[in-house]
Amino acid sequence: MAVPSRVLRSEWTKIRSVRSTVWTLGVAALVTIALGALISALVRHDFTRLSPHDKQVFDPTFVSFAGTGLGQLAMIVFGVLVVSGEYATGMIRTSLAAVPRRGVLFTAKLTVAALLALAVGMLTSFAAFATGQTLLGQYRAALGDPGVLRAVLGGGLYMTLITVFSMAVAVMLRSPLLSLGVLMPFFFLISNILANVEVTRKFGAYLPDQAGQHIMRVVPDGDGAPYGPWGGFGIMCLWVAAALMTGYVLLKRRDA
Amino acid sequence: MIEIEGLTKAYGDTLAVDGLSFTVRPGVVTGFLGPNGAGKSTTMRMVLGLDHPTSGRVRIGGQPYERLTDPLRHVGALLDAKAVHGGRSAFHHLLCLAQSNGVADSRVHEVLDLVGLGSVARKRSKGFSLGMSQRLGIAAAMLGDPSILMFDEPVNGLDPEGIHWIRNLMRDLAGQGRTVFVSSHLMSEMALTADHLVVIGQGRLLADTSMPDFITEHSRSYVRLRSPEQQRLRDVLAAGGFTAVPGSDGSVEVDGGDPVRLGQLMADHRLVLHELSRQQASLEEAFMRLTAGSVEYHAHPAGADEPAPAAVWGADWRSGKES
Repeated sequence: MAVPSRVLRSEWTKIRSVRSTVWTLGVAALVTIALGALISALVRHDFTRLSPHDKQVFDPTFVSFAGTGLGQLAMIVFGVLVVSGEYATGMIRTSLAAVPRRGVLFTAKLTVAALLALAVGMLTSFAAFATGQTLLGQYRAALGDPGVLRAVLGGGLYMTLITVFSMAVAVMLRSPLLSLGVLMPFFFLISNILANVEVTRKFGAYLPDQAGQHIMRVVPDGDGAPYGPWGGFGIMCLWVAAALMTGYVLLKRRDA
Repeated sequence: MIEIEGLTKAYGDTLAVDGLSFTVRPGVVTGFLGPNGAGKSTTMRMVLGLDHPTSGRVRIGGQPYERLTDPLRHVGALLDAKAVHGGRSAFHHLLCLAQSNGVADSRVHEVLDLVGLGSVARKRSKGFSLGMSQRLGIAAAMLGDPSILMFDEPVNGLDPEGIHWIRNLMRDLAGQGRTVFVSSHLMSEMALTADHLVVIGQGRLLADTSMPDFITEHSRSYVRLRSPEQQRLRDVLAAGGFTAVPGSDGSVEVDGGDPVRLGQLMADHRLVLHELSRQQASLEEAFMRLTAGSVEYHAHPAGADEPAPAAVWGADWRSGKES
């Protein structure tokens, strides 16, 4: 039986020794912070022209996270490449020969990648908040305001869960192209459409990203979601747990 | 020691491996021979627990592979030289494998030097030639200093120098008392390296025998004679009590004939000979005869009505000894 601490070390070596790790995580942080900053600057400029309703639900914290929707795509690429990089190259057979306990190998791989995503996600979230609030000027929120710290920490957690979800899907599908082909359009377009079109809105609110994003809000957006910030986050956790379990069952049964 | 008992792998209705049982012993090189698609790679993947057997089992020193503590210290395997993340350097590839099995980091440099990749250790393996990849795969197999080594078609795509190196390496490893299990679809390759042979065809065991036994059992030795006076040659042989069969381009072959006696006979009759040579049917030929019934993909020569599998498969090696 493999020794878990050794496998964790080994997975850390794997993740830090490929270039895709640096550029996917780098792009995720950069896009999230930069786009959040841009939107924050625009909102400050146009604040007086906002409708009364928009002013009422104005959430300076959430505005600074406006880059998350795009930045998360790079986190998805990171998660998919960590897992399917092994399958696409055939490295998986070498890895499983070294660590034949599949559960141990994948738990270690997902743990290392999730911790790295958490670190990058938290840094990104705090940086996006700080940059965004500076640019919002007089409309800014402070970290000490009620609910703000929770929302900023939530931004980091959201990024982490999106990464773990992507890794679980990549375990199921194995192919990087197939995994990205499913995840990217879903999180970039389909989920947003389902959550905003009248007929599917009720169902769309329970999709992993739509529900999870509520943790980054301080002011409810008034769309009448039947759960609070932590409720939404819980729904996202359930999605991730379900994806992980499906992936694990397939992993155990399949030939490598 | 690798013990395989009743190993079977079915893909739908097709049996890739069909009730295989044999033991691979330490101290010798065991050749695992079979035509393409015979089930060699599938068997090796099941030894490593990568593929799940439909039935039967594999034991490594008495244990299933998944139960081994630090398996790389027991079994080193090279199944596919390209099964490497190309974006990772040779050094980091070996380092992550070493760490997972508690092998000292210093061992990584040792094996890199052993296979001659020390100078490209920091290069990404994407740019490696097949020969270099093969060496990296062997370095990975040697990493845990294992007592069992398993190589799937290790000489495929290698240059003569690389082939020579791998042959010597396998012999050395067996000489150190390790178990060496190596697959090939070329009998000629096995004849040079293996001490013991396990032959399979269509997933079934065809032979499990020592190399010398295989040679005596399966190879035909004969004497070839050639003379400008063909008819007289045949008459003299018949009169001398030899059964002669016609060989290629006008020669005559005498099965199991003694060249000394035949030479004497020809001298007694003052018959001019252009050739008198002892021939051994190649092992390749013996292997083809053995597996003739189980070759999955036959080449069909153009214009032939009834393709004879044994003759067609590898017709290049038909006559003569190993070159």
